Formats: sequence, C-alpha cells, structure tokens
Amino acid sequence: MTSAAAEKTTYREAIREALREALRRDDRVFLMGEDVGRYGGCFGVSLGLLEEFGPERIRDTPLSESAFVGAGIGAALGGMRPVVEIMTVNFSLLALDQIMNNAATLLHMSGGQFNVPLVIRMTTGAGRQVAAQHSHSLEGWYAHIPGLRILAPATLEDARGMLWTALEDPDPVLIFEHGSLYNMAGPLPADAGPADIRTAAIRRAGTDITLIAYGGTLGKAVDAADELANAGISAEVVDLRTLRPLDDATILASVRRTHRAVIVDEGWRSGSLAAEVSARIMEQAFYDLDAPVQRVCSAEVPMPYPRHLEDAALPQVADIVTAARQAVG
Amino acid sequence: MPVLGADMDEGTLLEWLIKPGDEVHKGDVIAVVDTAKSAIEVESFHTGIVERLVIPAGETVPVGTVLAVIRESVPVAAGAAPGPRARPAGGPAAAAPPAPPVTAVAETAARAAPPATPLVRHEAAELGVDLTLVHGTGRGGAITRHDVEQAAAGPRRRRVSPLARRLAAELGVDLDAVTGTGADGAVRAEDVRQAAPAAPPAQATGQPAAPVPEAPRPAAPGKARPAGTSRRPEKAAAMRQAIARLMARSKREIPHYYVSNTVDMGPALDWLRERNRSAEMSARMVPAALLLKAAALAAREVPELNGYWTEEHFVPAPGVHLGVAVSMRGGGLITPAIHDAADLPAAELMGRLRDLVNRARAGRVRGSELTDATITVTNLGDQGVESVTGVIYPPQVALVGFGKITERPWAVRGLLGVRPVIATTLAADHRATDGYTGARFLNVLADLLQRPEEL
Amino acid sequence: MSPRRAPGPKASPQEAPAQERPPAARHHAELLRQMVLIRRFEEQCVELYSAGEIHGFVHLYIGEEAVAVGVNQALAPDDSIVSTYREHGHALVRGIALDSLMAEMYGKSTGCSGGRGGSMHLFDASTRFYGGNAIVGGGLPLAVGLALADRMRGDTRVTACYFGDGAVAEGEFHECLNLAALWQLPVLFCCENNLYAMGTALARAQVQTDLAVRAASYGMPSWPVDGMDVLAVEQAARHAAEAVRGGGGPHFLELRTYRFRAHSMYDPDRYRDKAEIEQWKQRDPIDLLTAHMRDAGELADGDLTALDTEVSAQLTNAIAAARADPLEPVEGLTRFVYSPEPS
Repeated sequence: MTSAAAEKTTYREAIREALREALRRDDRVFLMGEDVGRYGGCFGVSLGLLEEFGPERIRDTPLSESAFVGAGIGAALGGMRPVVEIMTVNFSLLALDQIMNNAATLLHMSGGQFNVPLVIRMTTGAGRQVAAQHSHSLEGWYAHIPGLRILAPATLEDARGMLWTALEDPDPVLIFEHGSLYNMAGPLPADAGPADIRTAAIRRAGTDITLIAYGGTLGKAVDAADELANAGISAEVVDLRTLRPLDDATILASVRRTHRAVIVDEGWRSGSLAAEVSARIMEQAFYDLDAPVQRVCSAEVPMPYPRHLEDAALPQVADIVTAARQAVG
Repeated sequence: MPVLGADMDEGTLLEWLIKPGDEVHKGDVIAVVDTAKSAIEVESFHTGIVERLVIPAGETVPVGTVLAVIRESVPVAAGAAPGPRARPAGGPAAAAPPAPPVTAVAETAARAAPPATPLVRHEAAELGVDLTLVHGTGRGGAITRHDVEQAAAGPRRRRVSPLARRLAAELGVDLDAVTGTGADGAVRAEDVRQAAPAAPPAQATGQPAAPVPEAPRPAAPGKARPAGTSRRPEKAAAMRQAIARLMARSKREIPHYYVSNTVDMGPALDWLRERNRSAEMSARMVPAALLLKAAALAAREVPELNGYWTEEHFVPAPGVHLGVAVSMRGGGLITPAIHDAADLPAAELMGRLRDLVNRARAGRVRGSELTDATITVTNLGDQGVESVTGVIYPPQVALVGFGKITERPWAVRGLLGVRPVIATTLAADHRATDGYTGARFLNVLADLLQRPEEL
Repeated sequence: MSPRRAPGPKASPQEAPAQERPPAARHHAELLRQMVLIRRFEEQCVELYSAGEIHGFVHLYIGEEAVAVGVNQALAPDDSIVSTYREHGHALVRGIALDSLMAEMYGKSTGCSGGRGGSMHLFDASTRFYGGNAIVGGGLPLAVGLALADRMRGDTRVTACYFGDGAVAEGEFHECLNLAALWQLPVLFCCENNLYAMGTALARAQVQTDLAVRAASYGMPSWPVDGMDVLAVEQAARHAAEAVRGGGGPHFLELRTYRFRAHSMYDPDRYRDKAEIEQWKQRDPIDLLTAHMRDAGELADGDLTALDTEVSAQLTNAIAAARADPLEPVEGLTRFVYSPEPS
C-alpha cells in the first residue's frame, strides 16, 4: 500500500489529513461539531479546515449535542455523509438518546428502509487530571449497542485510514480517539490509504501470553511486553481496533497459541469491554487456557483530580506486567 | 475420613476402637466407619500414641476430614503413599486406594520424614493435620505453614487448568501424580509435560486404577446383620448396580480368553483326609484352602497373571494378594483379598479365609482388603457347578475358577478308574497375556495340586 | 426485504357524481374524506386493540384530524415528514397504503415497517415519511438534519416536523429551534398543542403557555392556528410552507387542537374534566367541515353515509388482509441491525 516515502507526522495530523482527504473526495462529506471551525477543534484536529473548505462544510455548532448529533443523523438520512465531532465522550451522554434510539435503531425499526451512514468522532479517556466528569472511557458502553460500529484507532495508520472506510460504511460508526494519542508522532507514508475496520491486529508476536488492548492502552501493553521480554516472557500484543464487532478470530487464534491472556481496558472493570472479551475467550478457548484470563481495568471510582490518585486508578504498565506474570506463573 | 470408594463423599464414624493414650501400630483397626454401602474397619497407617479423637462416634463427615490425631512415637516412613486422607474424593482419579504393596515398598524405601520446622509441626498439631499426608511445597519438599493450613482446610477440588487436563489425557499422564506448580498448587500444562515421559509403576494406582475400589466394594445386601449398623435397602440395590457397572465394563474393555483343565484331586484329598484325622475340629482344612494356596503359588510362578492392566500396559504386582469371591447372604458378591497368600502356610490361609468370609458376610471388611487383590479366585464348588468361567475384575488380568470336585471316570496308568476331579478354568486378559501363558498357569496349578504336602 | 403491499387507495379527489362539482366542493370533499378515513381508522384501532389483535402502545389521533389533513395540503410529494408516536393520521394522509399501515399494526411482514415497528414506528421511504418516533422531542433533531441536507444541496424541499406541546419542555426543542433558525434551515415546525403532555396539562408544565410566542423568541415566524378548523389549518400551512420553501428559514405553527380520547389505549384519562372534553367535542373538526359544507350546499343527503360505507369497506378489507398476512420468520430476527454486506 505504500510506495511513497514515509513522512513524520502525528496522530492528530493523520486524522486531519484523513478529514481533508474525505472532504475533497466527496461533496457529501462535511464536518459538524463544537469549535471545529474557528477554534480549529478542541484538540486541534481540524485546524485550517475551515479556511480550506468554508463554513458550509466545516460547521461550528452551538452547545447542543442532542440537536447536532440528531441533525447528523437526519442529514445522513437525507443523503449527506456527515462527520459529527462530539468534543469528548463525556458530552456524548447528552446525545445518547439520538445515538441509541435513532442512529442505532432506524434501520431495524423501519424494516430496512432507512440506513444511517453517519460517522461520529469523539475524544475519550483520562490521564490529564481533568477529574471525574471529563475522564470517562465509555467505548465499552457504546460497544454494547447493536446497530453501531465502534472503532478505536491506536496507531498512525489507523488514525489516517479508518475514517474513510467508516465514511463508506452504510451504518453509523463511532470512532474513539484517546486524548493521550494526539501528540503521538512517527513515520507514515504520504499515500497511506484506507484501513479496514473489521479486524484486530497483532502488534507484537509472542508465545507465552496474549496481551489484548485498544486505543489509549495499546501503548502500555506494548511497553509491558518489552518489560516482560526482559523477564524472559514472550508476550503477544493484540490491538482490538474494532470494538463492535469484536474480531473473535484474531483474539482466539492468539490465545489458543499462547494459552494465557491479559485484557487491558480503561473502562471500569465491572461490565467492561474486557469482561466481554474474557467471556468470549472462556466460551471459545476454554480447553486451551493454562491460566485464568486476567483483566487490567480502571479502578471503580470516579476519576480523581490529583495525579497520584489518577495514576492509581488507571491501568498502568506495571499492572499489566504483574497480571501477566501471575498468569504465566 | 478415608476414601473407601470412588463415589464416597462422606462417611459416618460408627465406633472408635481406640481412645486417647492408647498405643496403636500400623495396621491396627482403630475405628469402624459406615459408608453408603457397608461398615468398614479403618486401619491406622501409623504407629504412635493416640493424642485425641477429633470426630465423635455417630457423626457424619466428608471424606478427608481429620478423625483423630496420633502422635507418632518415632518419625517413621510414611509407609503407604499419601493415602486417601490427603486426597479429595473428587473424581475417580482421587479414589486411589491405600496403595498396593508396590507403592508401599517403593515409597517406604524412598521416603524420609517430611521436613517441617517445629513451628509448622506445632501448627499441624493444633489443626489436627497429619504431616505425613501433607504435600510440601516449600524448598526441598518442606512443608510450609500454608501447606498445613491448606490441608487443615479440608478437601478441595484439585486445581488443574483446562489445557493441562487436556494434555494429560492426550499424553496419558496421571494427574494425581503430577505436582502442580501454579497458584494454590494448580497443575498447569508444563507440569503435565514434565510428568509425561512415563508414569512410574508406583503411580499405577492413579486414574485408570480408579475402579479398583469399585470392584470389591462390599455393598452388603439389605439383610446382612452385622454389629449395629443399619442396612438400608438402597444398599443392596447400590451393590448390584456397582457390580453391574463393573462387570459391564470388564466385558466391554477386557478381551477375555479362556483356558480350562481338569485336575485329579486324588492326591490332594488323600492328603487332606490324613491331615484332618489328627487335627482339631477348628483346625480342619477344607479343599478350598489347598485350591487357594495352589492358585496363589501358581500366580507367583506365572507373574504375568498377577497384577494390573493400567495405561495400556501390564504392571506386575510384587506380591500375590489373592482375591476371594465371597457371596453374600441375600445376594451380592464381594471379593476381599488375602494378602500375601502365596507366603501363608495352607493352614493359616485356611484361617484367614474363614475369618474373611465371616467378616465379609458380616459386612466388616477392611478397606485394604477390598482394594488390594491382584488376582481373584472364584470357587463355586460348593454350589455344585462343574466349572465356572468368570468375568475378570478390572484392573486385574486374570480370574481363576474352580468347580466342584466330582467323581469321574479317569485313566490311571492306562487303566480305567474313578477319580475325584475338578475343573479349573482361567479367564485372562488377552491384552496382557496369551493362551500360552494361561495354559502354563493351569499346568502349574495342576502340578501343585498333585503335591499337596508342599502347599 | 419482505414484499410490500401495492399502494392502496391514496388521497385522490373523489369522483364527481352525476353533476360536476366546483373545485372548492371537490376539495372540501377530499378533506372530509381524509378526516373520516383517519377517524374510522382510529376507531377501528380501538376495537382491534380491545380485542387483543393489536398490541403495545397505541396513541389515537381522534379529534386532531384537521391538523394532519390541513398541513399535508401544503406539502409536496418530495418534502420530508418527521412525526411522533401519534402518527397514524400523518401516515394516512401522506399516502402510505392503508393495507400496509394496518398490517404494520398487526406486526405482519407486509407492514410499512416490515412489521418491526408497530404503531409508534411507521416508516415509508417512498413518501419520505421518517417515522414514527417514540421519544418525545426525539424527532426534532432528525428534521433539522434532513433540512440541513436539503439546504446544503440547494434543494427547495420542506421538512415538516410534528411534535406535541410536551416536546416543548424537552431540551431538544430549544436546541433544534435555535439551530434551525441559526442556520436558516427549511423546517416547518408543527406543534400539535392538545393541551396535555400525557397526563400533565400545559399550564402545569410551562410558564409561558403561548407556544407560538415561545417559538418566536428563537427568531422564526410563528403563529397560532385553530387546529380544529381544517380550512384554517390548510391556509396557515400553505402560507408557512411557501415561505419556508422560498428560503425564508424555519417557521413555527402552533396548532391548537384537542384529543377526544385518552393519551393512549392504556390511559384512564383521569386528569381531564369530562366537561372540558364535551366542550371541545362541540368543535369536532369533522362536524365543523360538514357544517361548512352543508351551509355551502356542498354536502348532499346520503353523502356522509356513502363516505362512511366506502371507508368502512376499505378498512374491512385492510383488516382482513392484515389478519391473513404472514409474520416475519423468526430466523430473520437479526436482519436490519446492520446493512447487508455488499456481496
């Protein structure tokens, strides 16, 4: 897919490039959300797009999540291809009714007549000491809802490539961008193309244990794998990439090979997405397990403000390493 | 509370035959326990002084529960392999009998006193844990406090990872013999692989041998009347079911072959008559004693028929524990063993047989007697059938049958005469032996019976 | 997708009997026919529901017919409609086949939503009928979005958005009116004010009960209409829709109406005064129109009976067909959660 030289870029820039490309390719595409235009996006993702594409296609909205997410749904029904940006997953709760009762259900309720080709992007996650109401990781919640597709790009390639594929999908796709990743820098070919949105990816091959992660926790899992390697434990790292549907085949193939698994998820432990993955592993790979499946999740507390407490509440590399060592024994 | 049957979960302590302060020796009968099927005498595996009785008579407790504490007078070899007390009565794998002599011999030689610090010993005493039965997970097999606490906590389902269990099945590894190195002693795949090359003979009593306790289970019939135990009608049915299961399994799994021989019992009966003439009533021998002794000696001489078929191969037993089929009043059958029958003088064998039959009919058979037979004899002579061709009790590989002694026309030195003859039969496991071996056995047997004075 | 019924009787002008009727008369006759159709359909629903043949929640439009009929006159075939759970009337006048609607009530695979939606979720792509929404206020953002799409493409289409006085309390109402006005979107907001949000009277829910005034504060032309007078509704709707279509931005109509029956089939209607209901029944929209037509000599003796007979027959057929139609096989349960994968 890449013959052009790799350029140094960031996760943020990769998304911007993806937006730019989509806006250029298809007149039906437009971006709508709070502060996406004049401000350049709360996290700087859409800097420069208003100047390039104009106010009709880069639409600043009032603080009316329910209205503009619903409008996104309506516009998609009406033949457009909107990209709705909800500033963070924390504010998406105001639009939850539109997402769950309209976007996810219209196709089914109408007996297949009305599909909703809508893409919603949201920033998610914690780690910047912004306290309880601004630190949620609700990807697992959304992944619970039939009718939606849920993505978590954790690499530059995925930041760049998932948006277009999502726009081509006839059904609503929610893309969760972990706030800690925007500054992630690295090389990316200039002509990097669309990424598939149905499969998980093995980011690191290993033999002794499978570490399963997504989004903001992928980097921690990779770091943990490095540490484990020093201790003589070969860890395989699976990046889920798509949270609904989950790519069972990749996950299970890995666990069947390594016989042990640790799932890393920034959601709260009980009823987390990690719990779902763990259940699937138990259901489908029970006889291949040599140790119970472990989960490393956030502590079940509203996110506290002070750094030391926030760190203690979030999954950390050390926690992943400990869990892995426990499983390997 | 020992495990005396594969599906025994609990037992009722009927009677203590010891009290604190008593001196007990290994092998002494110290209590009577009622299982679902019969009352069984429990023997001590240790020598020492009874310190205290933990469970009072009349109480029903799960298997594995500590019944009493015996303070050992001297650190002795453990003797039997970790007996049933250390094992949960989980599945068939757990029903390893107090090990057959093979294990006892091997392990008695090999095993020293379990290493434990005084602190650990004290804790064990406090909790009523028998240190010889505790598996040490400390360095060099030392018993740690945790081990003691685990043991005191009572029986627990053995922890085996799904993968390990699957591997064990595939590799033919006996899980009971595998030491788990996972959390809380969990057995993991690596542990199984370590144990895989060959399960040593001492471990032969593991999984495949599980049915052994089932075989001679003395489910007494509903009407037997032994000392104060209540016989429930279900017991007869349960016994029948157990027999049914076992016999069906035997026929299903064991390719039986049969050989038979007719033996001149003249010399034997003559010898008996002479001997009995000068013996007291109580010391009179019956032909059965000679038959059993001859069978035992023949088994010693043809060891391929004396032992167990486990895990696709035959494991010879070092001694001959002759199982004797005893029919019970009211129906049912048990086959308790006379230990080391080949070494007993015929007279003593006689005494043992009598005692065994009485106790068996009274429902008071020892656990080890139920589980230790290495070859079994069924003698239906007194029932009047001419020959009996039986069904082998797995995991044994042979069953010797004797019919009744009858007078038949016989060629003696070229002349027609009448001799008392007996039909001897052998049903054998064709996986372990061929007809040649079976024939040899019967020939040896016939030969022995011609020289009764040597029996 | 399951087979749909061929479109049945639609809104079409009645055939003139022996003598040629003047356009106005024909027009009024058509309006009457539509209102009677809605009325009889709803009355049938009462019977069928009580008999246990249709289930779930059923919200009846009896008394409010003039609103759907009148507003619809102002809408073009390719305009969009977003409605509420009290949408049987809107669906009927929009032209969704009667048989298809009845089948949907029965949950049959031939229903307009494939049987999947039921009373509250009537959808029809061919008439741009975007439901049937069970969340109060939940449809307003959809309407804003549809209008946004039209606006961005330069289409001169109107999106008619129906909602009740209850929706005025929801945050979405305010967000949507504001956004529509801000972006000058072609939405015709039709507030069917029947004075009650389920069991709560408007006066107990709103400080400002003059809803047209409320809407006007969002910077859009807005006025109250006598919702029991179908001709008044039609006139107001035509005026507003034309303005919207002409690029005049969103408009708001407060259609003052009343439902003669309870909120839904489950509702014992304890919160309303019987006298009040009787008073409003004096202004039954069907009676108002027939009186008007009689005064104008447009209604002959027997016309009403003939109309009733015709409508009854249509309904009887529809019910018979719906009863006989197949249910969707259970194996199809997970269809339409996602669009089919391209093969």
